[in-house]
Amino acid sequence: MLFPILTCIVFLPLAGGLIILFVPKQNIGLIKTVATAVTAIDLILSIILLVNFNYSGSMQFEENLSWIPSVNIFYHLGIDGISIGLIFLTTLLSFLACIGSYSIGMRQKEYFFLYLLLATGMLGTFVALDLVLFYVFWEIVLVPMYFLIGIWGGPRKEYAAIKFFIYTLAGSIFMLLGILAFYFTSTPHTFSILELGKTTDALTMPIQILIFIAFYLGFAVKVPVFPFHTWLPDAHVEAPTPISVLLAGVLLKMGGYGFFRISFPLLKDAAHYFVLPFAILGAINIVYGAVVAMAQVDFKKMVAYSSVSHMGFVMLGLASMTTTGFNGALLQMFNHGIITGAMFFLVGVIYDRAHTRDLNKFGGLGVKMPVYAGMLTVFSLASLGLPGLSGFVSEFMSLLGSYAAFKIITIISVLGIVITAGYFLYMLQRVLMGPLNEKLAAISDINKRELFTLIPLMAIAILIGVYPLAALKFQMAAIEQLIAKLGGMIF
Amino acid sequence: MVNLAHLIPVFPFAAFVVNILFGRKVKKFSAIVSISASVISFCLSVYTLVCFLKGQGAYSLFNWLIFGGISLNIGVIVDPLTCMMLVVVTIIGTLIQIYSIGYMKGDARFSRFFAYMSLFMGSMLGLLLADNFVMLYIFWEGVGLCSYLLISFWFEKPSAAKAGMKAFITTRIGDTGLLIGIFILIFSAHTVYFSELGNLGTGPLFTAAALLIFCGAVGKSAQFPLHVWLPDAMEGPTPVSALIHAATMVAAGVYLVARCFVLFSAHGAALITVAYVGGITAFFAATIAVVNNDIKRILAYSTISQLGFMMMGLGVGGYSAGVFHLMTHAFFKALLFLCAGSVIHSIGTQDIQKMGGVFRKMKITGLSFVIASLAISGIPPFAGFWSKDEILSEILKNGHPFLFVLATVTSLLTAFYMFRLVFLVLFGKSRSEIHPHESPNVMTIPLGILAVFAIFIGLVGSPFMNNAFQNFIYPHEAEIMKPDYAVMGLSTLLAMLGIAVAYLLYMLNKNLLPQRVRQYFGPLYNLVYNKYYIDEIYDFLFIRPTMRLAKLAFKFDLGVIDGTVNGVARLTVILSKIAAWIDRYIVDGAVNMTAKIVGIFSLVLRRMQTGYIQTYLLIAFFGLVIIIFVKLIIGG
Repeated sequence: MLFPILTCIVFLPLAGGLIILFVPKQNIGLIKTVATAVTAIDLILSIILLVNFNYSGSMQFEENLSWIPSVNIFYHLGIDGISIGLIFLTTLLSFLACIGSYSIGMRQKEYFFLYLLLATGMLGTFVALDLVLFYVFWEIVLVPMYFLIGIWGGPRKEYAAIKFFIYTLAGSIFMLLGILAFYFTSTPHTFSILELGKTTDALTMPIQILIFIAFYLGFAVKVPVFPFHTWLPDAHVEAPTPISVLLAGVLLKMGGYGFFRISFPLLKDAAHYFVLPFAILGAINIVYGAVVAMAQVDFKKMVAYSSVSHMGFVMLGLASMTTTGFNGALLQMFNHGIITGAMFFLVGVIYDRAHTRDLNKFGGLGVKMPVYAGMLTVFSLASLGLPGLSGFVSEFMSLLGSYAAFKIITIISVLGIVITAGYFLYMLQRVLMGPLNEKLAAISDINKRELFTLIPLMAIAILIGVYPLAALKFQMAAIEQLIAKLGGMIF
Repeated sequence: MVNLAHLIPVFPFAAFVVNILFGRKVKKFSAIVSISASVISFCLSVYTLVCFLKGQGAYSLFNWLIFGGISLNIGVIVDPLTCMMLVVVTIIGTLIQIYSIGYMKGDARFSRFFAYMSLFMGSMLGLLLADNFVMLYIFWEGVGLCSYLLISFWFEKPSAAKAGMKAFITTRIGDTGLLIGIFILIFSAHTVYFSELGNLGTGPLFTAAALLIFCGAVGKSAQFPLHVWLPDAMEGPTPVSALIHAATMVAAGVYLVARCFVLFSAHGAALITVAYVGGITAFFAATIAVVNNDIKRILAYSTISQLGFMMMGLGVGGYSAGVFHLMTHAFFKALLFLCAGSVIHSIGTQDIQKMGGVFRKMKITGLSFVIASLAISGIPPFAGFWSKDEILSEILKNGHPFLFVLATVTSLLTAFYMFRLVFLVLFGKSRSEIHPHESPNVMTIPLGILAVFAIFIGLVGSPFMNNAFQNFIYPHEAEIMKPDYAVMGLSTLLAMLGIAVAYLLYMLNKNLLPQRVRQYFGPLYNLVYNKYYIDEIYDFLFIRPTMRLAKLAFKFDLGVIDGTVNGVARLTVILSKIAAWIDRYIVDGAVNMTAKIVGIFSLVLRRMQTGYIQTYLLIAFFGLVIIIFVKLIIGG
């Protein structure tokens, strides 16, 4: 392909960020315009990718340039069925959260610069096909995120930001070791994910297991997998709304994507060796996350723990080693991004008005905010896996896939769904129903800008729920190839 | 003829979309939108029935999802069961919506109400048309959602909000069973289509699948032990109760068992479970209905009881009997609820102890109520008689004496509590300041139409019409069907007895016998009056422990897991402080020590460097002496 579309998608936000650095900080309107424009163009470019996407499961839109020839590092980008959905998700949420960022009230110039830098890092992670490049993008994400939480966050922002930063950094150091191990065990030495895919099957089991664990520590923190999840509620609660959206919507997916792109295809034997722990951890995430979410009084924390629960389905689907489970797991990442992203927007809407997130301090808002109530209800239902909305499809497939491999664990996970229904409906009851809390009598309904950020997400949640093949057709061939390579079950 | 069955649910769904988006603009027209959608669905249902009679059957539409090695095609099933249910649901649904115009008049969320009603209709119709388990499950949950939305429709009332949630979660517990049952079918039989249920073969795994599928039905059809949501569902507007109890929601569970009947009948253990769960539920719900004082709750328990009857009928192998009762019950139960709604609408209370003598002012409502009560009690020739009688004779014929006793006692109780209700509400003197007045025509006309059905619809399955219904619904069974006059006589007698006792107690000897009953059976009465404390038991066994577990888990998360993380952080800080101390006092201390030692030495040495030549000479002299001395000793 002549036009380097992936490079454009990845670096356009950074370019926008650099432009913003030259805009005087008083000119907030222009800053917002630039940020919105680049994220909008990025979204359009990713839609162009979707339209021109070839469903065969091959790697496409590849760009491969030598970067550091002495150690065989390449600037190698490309996408396939596994990454295309996440690219679209990232550009979409970046655009919507950018609009959601208009209400940021201070130091907008720095904010939007860091925001766009973050977008570049996230997008780069999903398109990089060279491990060093992947690592660079992976680490780039940390820096703006640290400042975005640490400067624009809530009361305990410093604690949350440092916790997030150190936790993820600690994980990614092991990942770096894993990358180096790949390099030195391969002949000829290479960092190319595609090249490694052809040779790593020959690695001995102990080496595979060691490398697998090293990558696991990096990815598991990001997903987050129990017990590495406690940075998440803190980071979410303190982060400003648009950043929470990206944190839940995109950053968690980086971990899951790592399993799909690196751990499983490159370390086949180790992956098979670890399926049982994966399934158990998945079930723990699902049930434990749901049970803890049930106990929350902070709205945002509840949604954060619901993320822990929902990401469990990704682990469970991966553990199944079946096409259905993998498809479910990958789609679950996309759906979770859409649904939980929207949930964080919705928490932000009510926090901006009531200045509290305490679930016991709302009540009866369904009367005062009918449109908001409708939106919150739809996304809560999507989140608790109601058929007809997208969450159901991916949870169903993950569970069905894992049923083929692990009966009891699957049944335990299915019970987690009841608890999920419990805490979401309990939340709806406390926020929307009952007698109106008089202190909030003057509250206004959701405004047009906020509605604009939610409607595309709702449309996608309904579309995938009603016609799942619309999303699945992008990934099915790639998943089938992956399962074939892994020697999993076509089920 | 062109296949149009798949369009049947489309119109109500479209009405939902229109009303939810533009409801506040179109206001009262929202009712017209919903009702016209229902009418169109009704016409299409009749059309589908005609198509079926002309020999057209199931067809598939398009590929929807690929999983588990199955490429799932969306399709519709067109068979006697579905055709019959489609027509019944659309007739009753339409009448209930017409009635709702009057009942919901002036409600702030009038259009929202009709939007939900249409969604409810659409989901139920979709459920009936689904030709596979996955589609069924989707609409099944859709029906559950609608009942949640409608039960908690007046969500300002905390009790309504809670009741909606209870309905959703209780039924979802059953649904997890259904979901796992579906997994078993997909994994072990590689199918989700109803049409293939007949060739699964036997084996305990499929028995388990059948039982798990039945779990879903237990939840939806409010069978023991998942019945607790249905009485609370009375918090919703009364037309909603009518729809839930007659044509949608609870009917779905019985429909599911009927739909999977080949699976159940291939697994005797599963079938007999259905029968016993149904029988126990029928009896136990009837006992609660006897002592309750809330007009809608009595009807709710009667629904649970009648659903138990249907399950019993299916469970003993009487397919057409169970389905027949499902059909007749839909009409007279809808009628009962709409009559109750009319009374409540008029006098504003649901407590039957405050009612009485309503009949004089509400002739149409009252008459309809009596007709429906006769129908549910099983007095010939009303609708309930034929279907209930058929269930009874099926039970007897298939050799279940215990269930037969249970069923006959339940019939007696049914007639008794229904006429207790009739006498306390409609006749006698009013027991409080109430001013009943007849409801508007928009409400009474649907009552009249349903009353006609409640009288005559049973005849389609009677010997007078050669069991036309049974012949249609299940051709091979009807051939051996002979009227059992002994059972007919017995059931009629029992129903009369029940009515007579109610008359004696509540019309003639008011308050006398009940108090005596209370004296003798005080504790028992309390037990039944408190619904066997099942809600309390669940609260104690499940809800509180879950909440406690949640709090405990959160404490664990904060204390242990996050505590470990913070502990590691703190440990790192402490270690770094120790390292700093070591660095400062030991590493750096060693450096400083070296310097100090040099300093001490230099201090000593400096003393010697006085600058006086005499001192140096003296030191040199002593040095020389020492050297010579040493030399002498060693060398000598």
